[in-house]
Amino acid sequence: MRTSIRRSRGTVAMVAAAALATGMLAGCASDSDDGSSDSGNGDGKGNITLTVGTFGVFGYKQAGLYDEYMKLHPDINIKENVTTRTDVYWPKVLTRLQAGSGADDIQAIEVGNITEAVQTQAAKFVDIGKDVDKSQWLDWKLAQATTQDGKTIGLGTDIGPMAVCYRKDLFAKAGLPTDRAKLAEQWKGDWSKYVDLGKQYMKKSPKGTKYVDSAASVYNASLGGSTERNYDKDGKVVWDKSQGVKDAWDDAMTVATSNMSAKLKQFDPTWDKGFANGSFATVACPAWMLGYIGEKAGDSGKGKWDVAAAPTASNWGGSFLGVPTESKHQKEAVALAKWLTAPEQQAKVFAKQASFPSTPSAYAGLKPQADTTAYFSDAPLTQIFSDAAKTIPAQPLGPKDKPIDTAISDIGILQVEQKGKSPAQGWDAASKEIKDVLGQ
Amino acid sequence: MTSKEALAHPASSAETAPGIPPGAVRGARGRGAPDGAPSWRSRLYRWDTKASPYAFVTPFFVLFGVFTLVPLLYTVWYSLHDVQLSALDHQSWTGLANYKNLLSSDFFWNALRNTFTIGVISTVPQLMAALWLAHMLNYKLRGSTVWRVVMLTPYATSVAAATLVFTLLYSWDGGMVNWILHFFGVDPVNWRESDWGSQFAVSSIVIWRWTGYNALIYLAAMQAIPADLYESAALDGANRRQQFWHVTIPQLRPTVLFTIVVSTIGATQLFGEPLLFGGVSGTKGGSEHQYQTLGLYMYDQGWIIGNLGKASAIAWTMFLVMLIIAAVNLLLTRWLRRSDDRG
Repeated sequence: MRTSIRRSRGTVAMVAAAALATGMLAGCASDSDDGSSDSGNGDGKGNITLTVGTFGVFGYKQAGLYDEYMKLHPDINIKENVTTRTDVYWPKVLTRLQAGSGADDIQAIEVGNITEAVQTQAAKFVDIGKDVDKSQWLDWKLAQATTQDGKTIGLGTDIGPMAVCYRKDLFAKAGLPTDRAKLAEQWKGDWSKYVDLGKQYMKKSPKGTKYVDSAASVYNASLGGSTERNYDKDGKVVWDKSQGVKDAWDDAMTVATSNMSAKLKQFDPTWDKGFANGSFATVACPAWMLGYIGEKAGDSGKGKWDVAAAPTASNWGGSFLGVPTESKHQKEAVALAKWLTAPEQQAKVFAKQASFPSTPSAYAGLKPQADTTAYFSDAPLTQIFSDAAKTIPAQPLGPKDKPIDTAISDIGILQVEQKGKSPAQGWDAASKEIKDVLGQ
Repeated sequence: MTSKEALAHPASSAETAPGIPPGAVRGARGRGAPDGAPSWRSRLYRWDTKASPYAFVTPFFVLFGVFTLVPLLYTVWYSLHDVQLSALDHQSWTGLANYKNLLSSDFFWNALRNTFTIGVISTVPQLMAALWLAHMLNYKLRGSTVWRVVMLTPYATSVAAATLVFTLLYSWDGGMVNWILHFFGVDPVNWRESDWGSQFAVSSIVIWRWTGYNALIYLAAMQAIPADLYESAALDGANRRQQFWHVTIPQLRPTVLFTIVVSTIGATQLFGEPLLFGGVSGTKGGSEHQYQTLGLYMYDQGWIIGNLGKASAIAWTMFLVMLIIAAVNLLLTRWLRRSDDRG
């Protein structure tokens, strides 16, 4: 009895192993079949595989653009290499560019890194501006990717024009106007007016809610709308004298010291939970954030959120596509980058992902998803964001903008907001941090 | 004395095995070779005996050299230069400036202090809890395998998953820890931004992940203790507690020292937990760097700020710190042994 069981088990194992082996062989066989059929239609040229290095969610795959392009160009294969976090993605790209190997055929560059790329890596990128009609792009977007001697190293993908997303129902309970035009009128021109409305909100705030998600988000929004950030137009660091930084800092300090903030950190899990629980009534939202809000706030927020024009036209985020000179298929890569950033394709990405185009000619035909529009109370999203996009000020950027902004937001402002430090202490802490960042 | 014996025995047996390879015996016999000039075959044998062991260990050392030693030495070079991530080819000699910069930097001393305090509040409770758990599991229990597997699960969980859950548990607004504290009338603690709270929270993740692992090591060592030691102790009238203190603990001494050394090295390199606990811009380790460890500081300098020269200097300073700790450990061990021999 016992031996027979053992034997039958052995048989089973052998059969299983055999089945597995044949399965694997079959797998190999079918693979090679595919391979030969692919090379069949390449009319002797053979396939070219282009790799596209991106971070986060670019939406090209989601909008079916790669498939579409491969159908148009049967000899091209596209492979996307995605890194989730930008702060992991960019150091990797930098080292690969300088090593002269390992970079993808198309490399995405985030706006926070574009100046560093322009100032230090321009030689490693193809002058992609020669092959395109540069007037397609917003002037300031094009300028960000162009060196002083006129070489354009990247084509603009999306931009992040800002609006204010707010909870109509909470505003009504707090006795504030809920009409988007009226609100936009009320805070027009100055983020401090938007903050002032917060004081009014907090007087009658619905239980468990605050006016805004965080002081840092107000800082970011206000700074994005100023004409001066951390660098002047000659490329000198002037963050501590910059009017833009000063105004944004003051707005953020009012928020941090008057109990109107939910004291969350953006893109933390707790921030996501804040959307779901409805613990704050407004957030400064670039176009790409709409999908995020819908996802995190969930069905219960549907129709309660609305979108109003921001106090000043302000930009947050956006990217570029560049082709490294080390690419073995430069011509094909440039063609693909050109196609992906053309107005028609940018409109397709907007329809899927709400990433806002950097090419104004696309604005007339923009159609957001019906779900998104319904979620935000049928607000005229295209109108609001294109109006903002057209008036965003050109802002000189610098190579260390990112760490400087981080030091102000996540050191200076956070200390005041969450640790009860005085604004002066917060400013000192941020200054010290920035000195360390700049190696001064 | 007993503990030394326990250590010495397996060590000596391990030495004999590779010491006399099978080929040596055969080679020595010189099978079929005439006297005088050795045949090509015996020469081959002899060559085999001498070279094979080296050939076997070569792959490891080649890989070690390429991926560890060369980069390691390269960081020495980097640490003496001004190297920016965006301009790797433009290195300018700065001598010890990076190190001097560190010594005069508040951020560095803060990180060193944090590494030390988080190391202490995570390692000490962790090892004590592990010892206690191992002691409990050493008794005859129902379903002992199940308990052991359960103990090892935190270790098998990824740092990212564990930290994410802990971040939610410790969240200020609606986190479970604050919710429980509220029943004891404690005001909500801002776990991420408070000085001690954040260090405690980070330590708790480390403790959760590593206690089971250490407990299993202790358990294995406990089960290797001969039963007759306990029997004779019992005959002498020692109760379980006394047996634990006078039989188990002395027998475990080498194991305990091993876990202390390993945990200390782990604590010096602590990185993943505080990074992920900090969430966005986690490399800062809180708004006042209240839980920025040396590992985080190095990463922040190197990859976020892009100052690779300074980051390399931090790496070597960390190495130095570890050497100092190892030396202290060694001295402590010697001192313990000597006092043991005397007692």
